[in-house]
Amino acid sequence: MKLKKLFYAVSLSALTALGSTASLAADKIRIATEGAYAPFNMTDEKGELVGFDVDIAKALCAEMKAECDIVAQDWDGIIPGLMGRKYDAIIASMSITEDRLKVVDFSEPYYSNVLAWAAAKGKTLDTSKEGLKGLTVGAQRATIAGLYLEDNLADVVNVKLYDTQDNAYLDLAAGRLDALLSDKFPAYDWLRSADGANFEFKGEDVDIDDKIGIAVRKGDPLKDKFSAAIKAIVDNGTYAEINAKYFPFSIY
Amino acid sequence: MNWNWSVIIEHLPRLVDGMWVTLELVFVSGIVGLLLAVPLALMRASHNRWLRLLPYAYIFFFRGTPLLVQIFLIYYGSSQFTFVRESLLWPILREPYWCAIIAFTLNTSAYSAELIRGAIQAVPKGELEAADAFGMSRALKIRRIVLPRAFGIVLPAYGNELILMLKSSSLASTITLLDITGAARSIIARTYTPLEIFFAAGMFYLLIAAVLIGAFRLLERRLNRHQHYKLPERIGEIDPRLAD
Repeated sequence: MKLKKLFYAVSLSALTALGSTASLAADKIRIATEGAYAPFNMTDEKGELVGFDVDIAKALCAEMKAECDIVAQDWDGIIPGLMGRKYDAIIASMSITEDRLKVVDFSEPYYSNVLAWAAAKGKTLDTSKEGLKGLTVGAQRATIAGLYLEDNLADVVNVKLYDTQDNAYLDLAAGRLDALLSDKFPAYDWLRSADGANFEFKGEDVDIDDKIGIAVRKGDPLKDKFSAAIKAIVDNGTYAEINAKYFPFSIY
Repeated sequence: MNWNWSVIIEHLPRLVDGMWVTLELVFVSGIVGLLLAVPLALMRASHNRWLRLLPYAYIFFFRGTPLLVQIFLIYYGSSQFTFVRESLLWPILREPYWCAIIAFTLNTSAYSAELIRGAIQAVPKGELEAADAFGMSRALKIRRIVLPRAFGIVLPAYGNELILMLKSSSLASTITLLDITGAARSIIARTYTPLEIFFAAGMFYLLIAAVLIGAFRLLERRLNRHQHYKLPERIGEIDPRLAD
């Protein structure tokens, strides 16, 4: 008898708990990020998501006075997960591209990506096409930097493409590469690490008009809410504060 | 699903360039690997215990670890040491091409050594006894009897090893080499047509494998011709008492 009562009590409370989370979920905005792209989104020692994207997501939610849940999702499945309503927005340093615009909507950009050259300190590197002639330069395969090398410099330099950014760093450090072309901000993070201490940015950044936005499902009104919130945190200085936490220069 | 033939045709020249790289990798490391494998196999088949144990560690390591790990150890591992970067070997180890050749050569020589050892031990006892009866020295016996016989025996298995290596050579693409697979992956990064390009790449591997298989069949037919049973040509002239 006692057991039966207990059973009822437990199932009743479970039901109410279920009901309350269900109603909460409706108001909550669920945001996905990748968690493997330092310093934009990564996990700290406690396993929690941190980084520029995560801070921006939290600031935007505070600005919109919305409750947010931030979840980690592998890059491959991040757009399918959005379409499958596992979450409502992607804040994961995603470039706004024509291909992606066919399946999702993007907010106004919240930062701009540029490419930068890195090479050994003390070495002069002329990053003009003329100056790079005959050098060996590397980039990660299937990235904007890799495509840029193939499209613009393949005729004068020896292009080496790597599976991961880390392997490209390794070969730059080993001296197999004269220079590396990569997204500027993650490379900035590497240059500050012990492994990258002997390297620095060279020459002018390469502006490839790469804008980073927040992806939402097609036609979702969240798109305009996010755009307005981005404008608001840029105007009220919150954005600059977060920016300064990661980079001494503006990335907006 | 739109199958896009034009993307294959358009990028065919890059895949053909990749094919030459793949062929070079397989043949250079195949030949050097075989040259290394013969002395290793002779040591492994030796009656001296120490001589037998010496190559064992080497073979054990290269057969027991994945080729990808070996490539990464040679390519990314070697460059971690300053003394390697300052040594005379660096101009070689600096190049992904030579790192791949070294990794494939060592790997295939370990496998081939075991294949050849098995073949050496399968040379019929009677033939060795006959050589002894002729008073052949050990060196002469190895040169005239053991190795030629072992090569005939090992051929089918060695053909298999080469084909396995052809396919393993696709791992060279992980250290920036533009072999067939490397070329395919670079094309896909631009065109987003993995199905078509990997299909085309697969066809290139099939083509090379077909040529290898054919070449080994011819070689086998020639080297092992004494072993194949052939019907007597003039069957009617057999002794009538046996014909029945």
